[in-house]
Amino acid sequence: MHGFRYLDGTAILHLSEDKCIGCGNCQLVCPHRIFQIREGKAEIIDYNACMECGACEKNCPAGAIYVNPDNGCGCASYIINNWFARIRGKAPSSCGC
Amino acid sequence: MPRVAAKLTLRDQLGTVGARTGFTRNNYKITPGLYCIGEPNASSPVLVTANYKLTFDALRQKLVGINTWILVIDTRGINVWCAAGKGTFSAEEIAYQIQKANIDQIVNHREVLLPQLSANGVAAHELKRLSGFSGRFGPILAADLPKFLRNGEANEDMRTVTFTLPERAVLIPLEICMLWKQFGIAVVIFSSCRGYLQIFFSSTVAINRGIMLAFATVTAMMAGAVFTPLLLPWLPFRQFWLKGIVMGSLASLLPLFVYWQSMSSFEKIAIFLWTSGCSSYLAMNFTGSTPFTSLSGVAKEMRKGLAFQISSMVLASIFWVVGPFV
Repeated sequence: MHGFRYLDGTAILHLSEDKCIGCGNCQLVCPHRIFQIREGKAEIIDYNACMECGACEKNCPAGAIYVNPDNGCGCASYIINNWFARIRGKAPSSCGC
Repeated sequence: MPRVAAKLTLRDQLGTVGARTGFTRNNYKITPGLYCIGEPNASSPVLVTANYKLTFDALRQKLVGINTWILVIDTRGINVWCAAGKGTFSAEEIAYQIQKANIDQIVNHREVLLPQLSANGVAAHELKRLSGFSGRFGPILAADLPKFLRNGEANEDMRTVTFTLPERAVLIPLEICMLWKQFGIAVVIFSSCRGYLQIFFSSTVAINRGIMLAFATVTAMMAGAVFTPLLLPWLPFRQFWLKGIVMGSLASLLPLFVYWQSMSSFEKIAIFLWTSGCSSYLAMNFTGSTPFTSLSGVAKEMRKGLAFQISSMVLASIFWVVGPFV
C-alpha cells in the first residue's frame, strides 16, 4: 500500500502451492495486491503488506489459502473488549464498526 | 420500487454529519431491498451495497447520470468492509435479497456487481451456486464505478486500498466524539482530587491544578486522536503506540511551556508522562480505523503498548499527587 507499512513478519497467511489451481481470484480481490499468478500458480509477492482481511481465503475455490481466522478488523478497542469479555465470561461485544 | 436521487439533500448531509460524529452512527440504516437510480432497464447493472445510510449515500452520489439498479442488503447498518468481516455481508444474504426482490424477473442478465471490499465476506462462487447470479467484483471506491461501468474492468489503482490525508481527516470527528465519556470520567476524578487538595491548599490552587491537568488531557487527545492520524505516514516507527508517544511528547511541550513557572519538577514529569501515555493509547486505538493493520500485528503491539501506557499513567498520578509537597 502506497506510503504505509505495518509490522513485518506478523501476519498469519499461508498459501499451499499444491492445492492452488491458478484461478487468480486472490490476485483479483486482495486490497493490498500481494498475489501474482506466475506459471499457473499464485505467488505471494508482498507478504508483509497482508492485513489479514481474509478476502483471498474466502474466494479461493481450492481451499489453498489460510488466513488468521480470528474475527476483527485489527482494532485495539475490539481486542480490549474481548479480553474483558473473557474475564467476565460473557460473549464479546463488537467494536461498533 | 423506490427511485433515489444522485444528489444529497440537506437532510442527508446533516445525517452524514451525525454519523461521522457518532451521534446517529449506530442506528443509521435504510430498508434493505431493490432501489433504482435514473431509468434502468432489463439490461442495466445491479449494484450490491450495505444498508448503512452513509454507505448508500456515498454510492448514489457517484452515480450521476447513470441508470442502474441498487440492491441494498441487510448488514445491520454497518459499512461494506466491516460487515463483510463480521459475516453479515455474505453470499447467503445477497442470495436472499436477490430472491426477495425477484431480480431474475427484473433483469435479463445473471450478474450482480459487488464492491471489492466485500470479498472478505462474499465468496463469489458461492453466490452463483446459491442464487444463479454470478458476482463480479467492482472497484474499491464508488467514485471509480462510472469508469468501471464504461470500461467493464478495474485497473490496479482501483483495486488498491488507499489511506490519503482526506480519508484520514474525515475519521477524526468520530475519534474525538467517542472520547467524551472518558473525558467526563477524567474530569470527575480530577474534581475529586480537588477535594483532597483543598485539605492542604487554598481552593484557587486546587482549581488551577485541575485546569492544568484538563489542559494536558485535551492536549493529549489532540496529539493522539487528531495529529497522529493526520501525520500518520510521516511519524517515525510502525507501531502506533510508539507513534503516539512521539506525538504526545512533542505535544506535552505546550502545557509544560504554559505552566512552567507554576509547576514543581515532579509535576512537570507528571504532565509529560500523562500526555505521552494518553496520546500513545489513543494512537494505538486508531489501528482499528486504518485499512492496513493486521489483527496479529495489533495484538502484538498492544502487549508492549498497554504496559507502557498503564505504567506511565500510574507514575504520572503518583508524581502529580506527590508533586505539591516536594
